[in-house]
Amino acid sequence: MRSIKILGTGCPKCKTMFNNVNKALDNKGVKANVEKIEDIQEIMKYNVLSTPVLVIDEEIKIKGKAGDVSEIESFL
Amino acid sequence: MFEWTQKFADWLIYQVFDIAAESDLGAALNFFVYDTIKILVLLFVIVFLMGIVNMYFPIERLKNYLNRKKLYGLEYVFASTFGAITPFCSCSSVPLFIGFVQGGIPLGVTFSFLITSPLVNEVAIAMFLGMFGWEATLIYVGSGLILGTLGGWILGKFNLQPLLSDWVQKILENAEAKEIDYDDTPRSFVQRLPEITRNAWDLVKGILIYVLIGIGIGAAMHGYVPENFFAEYLGSGAWWTVPLAVILAVPMYANAAGIIPVIQVFVAKGVPLGTAIAFMMATVGLSIPEGTLLKKVMSLKLIALFFGVVTLFIILSGFLFNLLL
Repeated sequence: MRSIKILGTGCPKCKTMFNNVNKALDNKGVKANVEKIEDIQEIMKYNVLSTPVLVIDEEIKIKGKAGDVSEIESFL
Repeated sequence: MFEWTQKFADWLIYQVFDIAAESDLGAALNFFVYDTIKILVLLFVIVFLMGIVNMYFPIERLKNYLNRKKLYGLEYVFASTFGAITPFCSCSSVPLFIGFVQGGIPLGVTFSFLITSPLVNEVAIAMFLGMFGWEATLIYVGSGLILGTLGGWILGKFNLQPLLSDWVQKILENAEAKEIDYDDTPRSFVQRLPEITRNAWDLVKGILIYVLIGIGIGAAMHGYVPENFFAEYLGSGAWWTVPLAVILAVPMYANAAGIIPVIQVFVAKGVPLGTAIAFMMATVGLSIPEGTLLKKVMSLKLIALFFGVVTLFIILSGFLFNLLL
């Protein structure tokens, strides 16, 4: 199973990303372990400057914007 | 540039709806239609242009640059300028702060960025341009940049490290100038254009409601509040109006898009422009939500110092503008 992490401190954009990830997973029928990382110390381990960040299998795919469903689908 | 908007508003209100141009209602509706269209067009254009600038100068690039170069004081100016062109989201201020500190960038320089980033933002620029014209906008942007530069420099003079949260202090001790990777794959301008356009469109859609409410209130006041109302009743030339306006503005944030049309009416009815600019900078530049987020990385004392220095500078620039303008 793939591991998906959404890094963000709980801003509106982070929620949009979370919803879009779930939609993308549904659309493609992919199962994944989706985790929201809201702890700032945990987030900073990824060495990023802007949130939200989409991490798939420990690889940063999107940062600093919510990302739309089709874009996220392309990473799945 | 916007004559067509005025013509359209005249036609819609006076011809289609057949409301007399001389009536209060006609004047207010005309103002509403004209301002709404003008502001939305400006918003889209400014956000779009900022999107292009950002494509070439992402924040990671600034950070790597500040790490690599010794700039003999210019780093404050750079950080402040980049703060202005980077779209601000209060949720990114904490990761930014840590990222900068982690990379060994001095706290003062980091503060320069943090001050200007919300203070000079694309939404406020577009609203300002539409409401007060380019001269006032230049003054606003210029003073925002100077404020960030000086504010960061002054904060840097204090011994701030003990005022950071413990875990941030630990990061600071282990700080090293490591580069941050970012996506600099050469994609052509045309390839990126759809994304920039979509982002601009999304932003305009997101704040549309605030703009409409703000202009609506502004339009209503425009038609009904008498000329020189504020000059007469609030003694708007009095020295205390600037600090009062700034202190009232600090707790307001989310309505930056909605508040500027209202301020414009204040100015039209006798409030000095310097007071208005100070009010607006305090509205967008300092906010309680941002303070709450920063609590995770610094002590209340440091947040108070940070807000205090910025508030003081906004008040001083308000006085200065009232003298100059």
